[in-house]
Amino acid sequence: MPHIHPETELHNPQSTKPPLDPHLKALENEAIHIFREVAAEFERPVMLYSIGKDSSVLLHLARKAFYPGRVPFPLLHVDTGWKFREMIAFRDETVEKYDLDLVVHTNPRGAVENITPFTHGSALYTDIMKTEALRQALDAGQYDAAFGGARRDEEASRAKERIYSFRTPDHRWDPRNQRPELWNIYNGMIRRGESVRAFPLSNWTEVDIWRYIQAEEIPIVPLYFAEKRPIVERDGMMILAEDPRLELLPGEAKREEVIRFRTLGCFPLTGAIRSNATTLDDIISELETATVSERQGRAIDRDQAGSMEKKKREGYF
Amino acid sequence: MTAPALANAALDENAVALPSQEPARIARDSRPLRLITCGSVDDGKSTLIGRLLWDTKAVKEDQAASLQRDSNGKQNDLGLPDFALLLDGLQAEREQGITIDVAYRYFSTDKRSFIVADTPGHEQYTRNMATGASTADLAVLLVDARIGLLEQTRRHATIATLMGIRQFVLAVNKIDLTNYDRARFEQISHEFKELALSLGVRQVTAIPVSALKGENVVYDGRASMPWYDGPTLIEVLELATTRSAQTVGFRLPVQRVSRPGESFRGYQGTVAGGSVKPGDSVVILPSGMVANVTKIVTFDLVRNAAVAGDAITLVLDRQVDVSRGDMIATIDSQPMTGLAFDAQLVALQPEGIQPGKRYWLKSGSRRQRVQVQPVTQLDLKSGKWNHADELPMNAIGKVHLTFDEQAIFDSYEQNRTTGAFILIDPDTNNTVAGGMITGRRATIGGIHAEEHRVILSLPADLADQLMATEIFAGRREDVDIRRVNAAKAIEVIDAIDE
Repeated sequence: MPHIHPETELHNPQSTKPPLDPHLKALENEAIHIFREVAAEFERPVMLYSIGKDSSVLLHLARKAFYPGRVPFPLLHVDTGWKFREMIAFRDETVEKYDLDLVVHTNPRGAVENITPFTHGSALYTDIMKTEALRQALDAGQYDAAFGGARRDEEASRAKERIYSFRTPDHRWDPRNQRPELWNIYNGMIRRGESVRAFPLSNWTEVDIWRYIQAEEIPIVPLYFAEKRPIVERDGMMILAEDPRLELLPGEAKREEVIRFRTLGCFPLTGAIRSNATTLDDIISELETATVSERQGRAIDRDQAGSMEKKKREGYF
Repeated sequence: MTAPALANAALDENAVALPSQEPARIARDSRPLRLITCGSVDDGKSTLIGRLLWDTKAVKEDQAASLQRDSNGKQNDLGLPDFALLLDGLQAEREQGITIDVAYRYFSTDKRSFIVADTPGHEQYTRNMATGASTADLAVLLVDARIGLLEQTRRHATIATLMGIRQFVLAVNKIDLTNYDRARFEQISHEFKELALSLGVRQVTAIPVSALKGENVVYDGRASMPWYDGPTLIEVLELATTRSAQTVGFRLPVQRVSRPGESFRGYQGTVAGGSVKPGDSVVILPSGMVANVTKIVTFDLVRNAAVAGDAITLVLDRQVDVSRGDMIATIDSQPMTGLAFDAQLVALQPEGIQPGKRYWLKSGSRRQRVQVQPVTQLDLKSGKWNHADELPMNAIGKVHLTFDEQAIFDSYEQNRTTGAFILIDPDTNNTVAGGMITGRRATIGGIHAEEHRVILSLPADLADQLMATEIFAGRREDVDIRRVNAAKAIEVIDAIDE
C-alpha cells in the first residue's frame, strides 16, 4: 500500500478521572466500535478534521479506539483560508501533541480567482472552498472511507443519514436510496471509486458532546469560551473583527464585547453569541436552558429550506 | 454557576434566555432508551413525536421559527407549528407529505435520554420498520381512539416482536375526540393486551393520550381524565429496561488485531454478551484453540472486568492464531458453530431474496458466503407461515442458510448481537435482508453423524443435470455441495483415502 501508518505503541499516563456515566459510556462504546469497523474494512480511511468541538471529540475517540496503537489513518483539514487564527494554532498543536498525520488542502481556485466570502456570497464561496475542495482532497488521497463528526440532531436531513453513508464516485449522496442499516452491522462493501462517509457521533447530541468534553478533559479551541473580543455586527450576526482582511462597510463600527462561539467555521460566516460562559460548567448550563439551536449562528444553513440536504447531495459533509 | 453570570449578559435576539431557575444537573444513571414508534397514516404519530420533542424542550426557537416559515403559517388550533414538518426532513417527503425513511430523534428528561426511530406506517415500508425495530428496546404503537385496532396494528406488533422487542406501549390517541370515553379506552386496551399476549409479549402499558393537547404525553391529563391514574408516556419510557441482560456467556467478535509493536498483541472488539476478567479461559472460534485472558486494555486504565457493550482490547497468554471475524468466547457456554442454520429474515430490496443465490452474510465482524433457501413466508394478516420459494420485498420469511465455511451464531432469542445478520447482494453490494438466527440444523438435514454418506466427484455438467431432476430437488436439503476444480477434488478424495 502506498501510504502506510505504522502502528507504534503509545503510552498513556493513567488518569484519575471518575468513570463515565452509563449514558456517555454507551455513546463512547458505539463510536469506538464504528472506528474499528471502518479501519478494518477499508483500505484508505481518512478522518475529516474541522478543528471544532465535534472534531475534538471525534479525535479523542479515535485515539481511544486504537490505543495502545497510534491512530492508523491521517486527518484531513479542508482549509478555506478563512478560519479563525486560533483554530489553526490549535490544529497544529494538536497534531504535534498526539503524533498525528495531517493533510491540509485548500482549493487552488480560491487564490487564483480570488474567491472570498465577501465577494462571492456565502453560498458560492462554501460550494467552492468547502464542498469542491473536499471532493478534490478526497480524490487526491483516493480515500475510500472518510470519518466525519456530523450528528443526527444537528439538522433535519441529517436525522435520516446512515452511520455508513454511501457516496458515488462523484461523491453524491442519494437520500432516497440509502442502504438499510440494521443493528450495529455495517455494510462496507463498495466498488472502486465509491466511498463511504462514516459518522461515529451520529447518536450524540450537542449536550452529550459538551458533557463528554468535560468528563474526558478534552482540549478545545479557546473561542468556545467567553472573553472580551473585537466584533462587528453584520446581517444580524456578530462577526469577530481581528483579521485585517475584514473590511468595514459604511455604517459599521468595530467594538468590544464579551462573546463566545457555539460552533466554529469560517470567521466571516460564523456568528458569536453574547455570553459570560468561561468554563465548561457555564457552557453546559447555558446550553441546557438555551432556546436556540447551535446552527442558528451559521449563515450557510439559512439560504433556503432544505439547504443542508442540497449541499450534502453535492458532496458537502 | 452561571445563572447569575447570565443575568449580566445583555438581552437581545442573540442572547441566551435567562433560566427561570437553576437547571437540575444531569448525571444520567442509565443508558439511552431506544424506542420505535409505529402507527397508521392518520393516527397522529408525527404529532405525538413532535409533542414529545416540544414538551421536553428538544425543539429550539430557530427550528420552530423555520417550522412556522415552512408551514406557511399553517398551525394547529393550539397555535403550535405543524410538528410533522419537524420530522419529515427530506425534501421529497415535504413535497409528498409522507415519511419515506427512518428518522432518528433525540430528547431527554432529567432521568434519561431517548433515541426515537420514527418509521413510516405504510404497508410498503415494512422494511423501514424492521430497520428501526432492530435496535429498539421498546415499541410505542399508536391507534386512533375513535377507530381502535387496525390490521396495521397487528402487523406492526408482529414485526416488533419478531425483531425481539418485548416491551409495548399502546398510545390510544385522540382520546379528546371521544370526549375522554373511559369505556372506549378500556375496550381498546383490553383487545390490544390479548393481541400482545398472543405474540408472547407481557409487558404492555396502555395510555389514553391527546398528542395535540399534550395530555398524558409529558404532562398528565388528569384535568380531562380524572378516571385515569396510570403513568404518562414519558414516565413509562423513563422506567423501561434496556436490553443488556444477555444470558449467554462471554462473546467477543474480533474486529481488529492490534500489533503496535513486538511487545503487544491485542484483540479489539465490542463485548457482545456476558462478561470477562483476567484469568478467564476462553476459546477462539472457529479454530477451537484455547487460551487465558491476561489483560483487558482500554485507553484509561487496565480494567479488571468488561461487560456486554464495552469496546475493549483483550490480551491473551499465548500465541494463538486469531484474526478479524473470529469470535472469542467463554469455554463453558459456547455459541453454535456449523455449516447449516435456520433463520427468519426480512427482505429489504425490490429484487427480494432468490432461492439458491449466493449472498454475503455479515454478522458481527464476520463476513462469509451463504446460500439462502426460502421455506415459508409469514402472512401478516393471519399470522400463518405459508410455503414460499422466494421472498419478495417486505416479506418476512423462514429460510435455510448453508455456508461454505464454519459459521458462528447464537440464537437471536438468546443474543440480539451474535444472533443477527445482514445479507449483501454481491452484484449490487446493497443490503438486501436483515436476519435472525433461530437455530442450527443438526448436521445436514438432520442426518446423524453415524449415517452412511457417499462423496461423488462429478463433471459440473453432469452434476447440474442430476440436480435438475425431481428426485434430487425433493431432497436438496439432505445434500452438501461444493464446486471446486478437478485438482482440488482429487486432493480432497485422496485425503479421505489416507
